Amino acid sequence: MPNLAIQLTDINKNFGSVCANKNVSLTVESGTIHGIVGENGAGKSTLMCVLYGFYHADSGSIAVQEKPIVIRSAHDAIQAGIGMVHQHFMLVDTFTVLENVVLGTESGISLKESLRASAEELKRLEQEYHLEVDINATINTLPVGLQQRVEILKALYRGAEILILDEPTGVLTPQEADHLFRILDELREQGKTVILITHKLREIMAITDYVSVMRQGEMVANRKTSETNREELAELMVGRKVLLRVDKAPAKPGRTVLSVEHLDFKDKSGVNRVKDVSFEVHAGEIVGIAGVSGNGQSELLDTITGINPLQSGKIKINDQTITSDSSVDAAAMRRFGMAHVPEDRQRMGLVTSFAASENIILGYHKDPSYNGLIEMNNDAIYKSCSEQMEHFDVRPGNPYLRVSLFSGGNQQKMVVAREMERNPELLVVGQPTRGVDIGAIEFIHRQIIAMRDADKAVLLVSVELDEIMSLSDRILVMFDGQIMGEVMAKDANESEIGLLMAGVHTEAA
Amino acid sequence: MWNDILLILDGTLRISVPFLLAAMGGIFAERSGVIDFGLEGKMLGGAFVAAAVAHWTQSAWLGLLGSIGIGIIFSMMHGFASVTKQGNQVVSCVAINIFAMGLTVVLANAWFGMGGKTPQLPKEARFLSIELPFAEAMRDIPVIGEIYYELISGHNILVYIAFLAVPITAWVVFKSSFGLHLRATGENPLAVDTTGISVNKTRYQALLFNGILGGMSGAYLSTAHLGFFVKDMSAGKGYLALAAMIVGKWRPYSAMFACLLFSALFAIKDKPEISEMLKGLVPLNLIESFLEMSPYILTVVILAGFVGRAVAPKAIGQPFSKEK
Amino acid sequence: MSERQVNDLVVTLVTVTNLLVAFFISGLVVWALGEDPWFALETMLYGAFGYDEGLGYTLYYTTNFIFTGLAFAIGFHCGLFNIGAEGQAYIGGLAVGLICLWLEDWSLLIVFPLAVLASIIFGGIWGAIPGYLKARHGSHEVVTTIMFNFIASVIMVYLLSHILRPPQEMSPESRDFAEKVWVPQMHEIFDWFGLEITQTPLNGTFFFALICLYLVWRFVWHTRWGYELRTVGTNESAAVYAGINVSKNIIIAMIICGGLSGFVGINEIMGSSHRIMLNFQAGIGFTGIAVSLIGRNHPLGVLLAALLFGILYQGGAELSFEVQTIDRHMVVLIQGLVILFAGALENLFRPQIEQFVKLVVLRTT
Repeated sequence: MPNLAIQLTDINKNFGSVCANKNVSLTVESGTIHGIVGENGAGKSTLMCVLYGFYHADSGSIAVQEKPIVIRSAHDAIQAGIGMVHQHFMLVDTFTVLENVVLGTESGISLKESLRASAEELKRLEQEYHLEVDINATINTLPVGLQQRVEILKALYRGAEILILDEPTGVLTPQEADHLFRILDELREQGKTVILITHKLREIMAITDYVSVMRQGEMVANRKTSETNREELAELMVGRKVLLRVDKAPAKPGRTVLSVEHLDFKDKSGVNRVKDVSFEVHAGEIVGIAGVSGNGQSELLDTITGINPLQSGKIKINDQTITSDSSVDAAAMRRFGMAHVPEDRQRMGLVTSFAASENIILGYHKDPSYNGLIEMNNDAIYKSCSEQMEHFDVRPGNPYLRVSLFSGGNQQKMVVAREMERNPELLVVGQPTRGVDIGAIEFIHRQIIAMRDADKAVLLVSVELDEIMSLSDRILVMFDGQIMGEVMAKDANESEIGLLMAGVHTEAA
Repeated sequence: MWNDILLILDGTLRISVPFLLAAMGGIFAERSGVIDFGLEGKMLGGAFVAAAVAHWTQSAWLGLLGSIGIGIIFSMMHGFASVTKQGNQVVSCVAINIFAMGLTVVLANAWFGMGGKTPQLPKEARFLSIELPFAEAMRDIPVIGEIYYELISGHNILVYIAFLAVPITAWVVFKSSFGLHLRATGENPLAVDTTGISVNKTRYQALLFNGILGGMSGAYLSTAHLGFFVKDMSAGKGYLALAAMIVGKWRPYSAMFACLLFSALFAIKDKPEISEMLKGLVPLNLIESFLEMSPYILTVVILAGFVGRAVAPKAIGQPFSKEK
Repeated sequence: MSERQVNDLVVTLVTVTNLLVAFFISGLVVWALGEDPWFALETMLYGAFGYDEGLGYTLYYTTNFIFTGLAFAIGFHCGLFNIGAEGQAYIGGLAVGLICLWLEDWSLLIVFPLAVLASIIFGGIWGAIPGYLKARHGSHEVVTTIMFNFIASVIMVYLLSHILRPPQEMSPESRDFAEKVWVPQMHEIFDWFGLEITQTPLNGTFFFALICLYLVWRFVWHTRWGYELRTVGTNESAAVYAGINVSKNIIIAMIICGGLSGFVGINEIMGSSHRIMLNFQAGIGFTGIAVSLIGRNHPLGVLLAALLFGILYQGGAELSFEVQTIDRHMVVLIQGLVILFAGALENLFRPQIEQFVKLVVLRTT
């Protein structure tokens, strides 16, 4: 009988009326890498947050190293030898690596002695696990790969025997991810237990010993990795056979609708986020921009859509030429025939405390059909909102309801409806299906393809490579603010794009 | 001329005390991520309680203790509203300021019946100037002796405490374990929570220091500077202290210099000689009015970033909550 | 009951509960001072309603609070915390006074709209500068507007003691305006219809305040400009995404705040004192914060809350007159508690009240 590092029994966790974990049980053997897969929102992160004491389970029990314990806070979890690398790093940006590692483990009133002692211990750990990083560097000067290393060091420094990694490769290139896996291998050899949460099947197959599958808050299967395959896991994740490709006819590209020439963008701190980017989008095609999150896609998107001012370069849209001299905002871009589904609907695309009808006019509130001389025409707005909700199957179809009361999928459909219903010449879409249920994903994908088939131009930005590959006709890959290469979707393969996403030119590789 | 400068500097030091104490208090709160516009209320409350307690007990020290008490009560009210109950921190501060404005006058009137004033404290119940050793002897030594006699010696104990509060605050914030927690809580509370430190506990601890210093700043006004409390006696000094803290980018020593700058303007205004010098050039009362508003204008100008931008702790004003 | 009605009911109950708690604590203070809280309450209510002079004063104060309450509410909808209504009222009122001094031979029909305009311009500028600094330089409006209150105060002291004071007078006040430009007082207006009431400072500005309430309501919820303002205040990123000019909206909101605050001058100066005086605005601006927060930043709520504070002010005056131990500042204390409970601690009792309402609704349906 092998040692059991973790036993979770019948964990339940509700957020309001939403059930995030429903009678979830999980057993993890010591000294193994155990994967947990599931779609976004399947409850993986919630489960791990319960284990780490971040959330309190409504019911259920936990045993660590075969001893039942109660975990009330992160402090208890650390005491029990559990460490966690969160999806969003839990580091203080303005602190050094050393200060981040020491935080919460200091002894004595003065910091000096703690810092000195931990510097030694930290160097020892770095050597033992091959996790080199400059301990005096400030976090915000480090690339994400190194920041992740700091997180792992932090956990090891606290004596973690069990390490949880939540979507650790989301911000990494495939090559950086491979490096991480080598580190995890090393940890396993040293006898540590690793729990890897991911929605990427490639990673599960590559590194884990065991895998558990979650779906809609429930644990649906446990497998030995060597005895399963990607197809079976994918089916378990979504609960039915998945269509990996969306059916669509070949593209018939027409005139140039959008052309971007030598676009550069510097952010507030002066960092060059977009470097000399040029490309075109034609009517009747979908151009996808692939890349690891944070490689300049968001900034590019915001500049093209008029949210950021154009600093240098040129944008042509429907015969309108925009340079850094023209003062153009998002409203002007809409007038030129562009519609924009933003990457983050909660932050940008919607005002969630407003009613649906008030959101359906966001960005189009000056439209004469919505306005009288002074006051707005509420009847027209209500009618337009009802229509859009019907066309895009938004439920419940009540224009007076506050947007925060709709599900993520229905919120996204509202944004897509608003932007598509105006029949724009160019549709710019960022992360169209982030945090959206399967049904809505298929619906939104079909709508985007329908747009293309109606001879409109579509620019799609997504960090989901599958989405890019199944929707796009042409794929541009961004790395470090630059376009690394262009691939026709029909000839594309994942490893080629993966290399481009890592900043490696295919010719050189 | 040299003598005038010494006198102005001396005045600057005296005037800067409430600013310094309050600004240091503000640094504790805001470094932990809790907005503190409520320094004004703590100062006012501290001034009243110190005057009242000193009057009853005839002890300035007990008065000081009382002012610390009311400072802590106010900062805990703020903590309850904004840390525990996650309310709007600015609203909570405004509430405390207005509450203090009303409470002090109501109590002063009910207890002393002098229209919102407290009785003049006798010498024994006030903080009096302390002559440092050899001050008199060194008085005639040029420059060094004069500076020692005029500037360094001859202040009341609270002046020395205020200037001692600066290095102490700097040490606590930057060199102590608590300071590390404090700064981390203000920058990334979620990260702090994952290391097993309680964010709310850290914020309450910060508010405790904040209340102590805020209350003390008021005691200086009523038991050292003047010998009584009068309604609205803080007159915006709490807000100026806050401004000095922002101008000083939430760093104790920089904030101290900002406090001294504001105080110098007030000290110059109080010196008739300066107005005298400019007499022929501009109408006298215009200069007085201008000097009077100059600290406020300066604050506005500096806050507008005309003199470098101040970056606040990242998590400031955000209540900490894990469960969405 | 629909979801919306339930929500409205919860909000109302929460607000009333918070008010009651604030009043209860104020009662404790009165009791601690050795006075009878019930007697205090009775005295206040009698002072506010008991006779028509009291009622006149109550409504006169209410008029002021409608203006500053609306001023705060407009800023709040744009995501601004405008605590500069004091200074804006001061400077706006100065403009009203200057118009009255300057155009004293003209008919009120011309002077009144000009005074409104002047108030919007002067008060507006006093609000627009902090607005501009916030929009373009990121200065926090709370600190800047506070500073502008102090600056306004110094300026007014200077103007009243050195420029506007008639040479032979001692007190820092301007000379009286000609009677032609006075806003008619309520007893005069009633007199036109043959009705007789006691003379109080209550004047025609009261009706102007009601018009402002209506206009603000239509503006904020029924025009595209109001829509832009609320979008900026609720989700700035979404506003930029929608092509809304955030800076412009912040500045416009602050101009409206300043203009509305300045109307306090019409009520106080043109309608009552008939000359520019020191500190005519004292405390009215701060009360606006409490008024708006209790009124949940909605014009109807502002009207009710302004009336409540009108009662508190007039009743408080009566109380401090009757009971020597209780100072007029009792009202300021209550105000602080109201802001604390209705503002910062607004959700203190919400869970319990929601539960209660759910139970009752379930029972009845």
